[in-house]
Amino acid sequence: MDDASSSFEITINGTKRHFNVEPWVTLLDLLRERAGLTGTKKGCDHGQCGACTVLVDGQRVNSCLMLAVMQDGKEVTTIEGLAAGNELHPLQRGFIQHDAFQCGYCTPGQICSALGLIREGKADSVDSIREFMSGNLCRCGAYSNIVAAIEQARGQL
Amino acid sequence: MKKFAFNRAETLEDAVSAGASAGVRFIAGGTNLIDLMKENVERPDRLVDITRLPLGEVKRQADGSLSLGALVSNAAVAEHPLVRGHYPLLSLALLSGASPQLRNLATVGGNLLQRTRCCYFYDLATVCNKRTPQTGCAARNGINRQHAILGHSQACIAVHPSDMCVALAALEARVRVLGRQGERTIPIADFHRLPGNEPEFDTILRAGDLITAVELPSNDWSEHSHYLKIRDRASYAFALVSVAVALQLDGEYIVEARLALGGVAHKPWRLESAELALRGQRTSNSSYQRAAETLLQGAEGFEHNRFKIELARRAIVRACAEAAKGTRR
Repeated sequence: MDDASSSFEITINGTKRHFNVEPWVTLLDLLRERAGLTGTKKGCDHGQCGACTVLVDGQRVNSCLMLAVMQDGKEVTTIEGLAAGNELHPLQRGFIQHDAFQCGYCTPGQICSALGLIREGKADSVDSIREFMSGNLCRCGAYSNIVAAIEQARGQL
Repeated sequence: MKKFAFNRAETLEDAVSAGASAGVRFIAGGTNLIDLMKENVERPDRLVDITRLPLGEVKRQADGSLSLGALVSNAAVAEHPLVRGHYPLLSLALLSGASPQLRNLATVGGNLLQRTRCCYFYDLATVCNKRTPQTGCAARNGINRQHAILGHSQACIAVHPSDMCVALAALEARVRVLGRQGERTIPIADFHRLPGNEPEFDTILRAGDLITAVELPSNDWSEHSHYLKIRDRASYAFALVSVAVALQLDGEYIVEARLALGGVAHKPWRLESAELALRGQRTSNSSYQRAAETLLQGAEGFEHNRFKIELARRAIVRACAEAAKGTRR
């Protein structure tokens, strides 16, 4: 692996995909522009807003601060990978039922982050949810409804 | 972002030898480096991916110390049973920094090497001696709310942004480094430097040096420690002032103390004289106040951060009182 484009494989939402891209392509740009998965959003592009949150090998991360080439052999889960066919994921249902968004731009990142949060076992109280979701900003200010959606979904996973 | 070449280091020796060349940067978590590259503050010619090197273990050593591999994530350190059980101060400090997503990516080694978040360091339209030596410091007469009150120089008033390092300073951790001359151990107090006339150097490391681990001494101070972080938001913000304190008590008396400040200087701020001022004293606010006065001797603020001196004084007293009550778990 050297200078020019690199060839590697990433499993995205259960499907192994092959890529050949320059080393400066971020995982976020790879997902959106090379893999055609535009559900993951680019907000600040500096790791401050959390809109780009996906799960890599089960852990929530900021895809805007990761080089795609470094994810060789890893498993990535994006918002597109959560629903089972037409059956929405419990977090997706929770966000709809609790009106946990207005513009919706931060929502894919919020949901992927919430999935990581629940798996980490940190969704057991409102205070803990608020603290451990602090890496996801919502400029519409839907925070209280986001907390309610996560509280509802945590028992359904 | 400037274009760059990329390769993966397969062995520690590969990494050290590659890292010694000009324009080469190691990349692991990348949370700070990629950000700085997007801002064109960092413009490496080549990145060497060190994430597949065997530096990902937390292990107890024969002498009772705990070794944290340089590639262990901040989240994994904070949640590790041996860290939670024996070094709760470190766990608390780590969990007060960044966000869960960043902590999953950021590593022990990268946390030690993260650059200041001084807004002028990031802003290519302004002068900065740290970014471009001998150009001047825009922060001195600029918006300096987040800046240093101790140990600053004419050239630079930036602060080191880490929470982890403040806890490591109080715990007297050691940094293991592999360089071209072999492996060496650096006490955390000597690892970061004050800006002086060369603010471009944050640490004493030189080209090719690779952090392999951080060692925590066996004295874990687990009974009476606290990390207090004061910031502009309740979560996910850098410290205005933070305090790491560890006490060893005998009833109402302090046998031994460790005290370090974050958010106030170019490195975690620790003075032996302030710790000696607590030795043999009662666990009372007046004892803590005397230690605070000693630790803050010579503090000098700027237009927007003078409040930090009184804030630090009060934070030290509160953190010591909390620690004396017993570590919160």
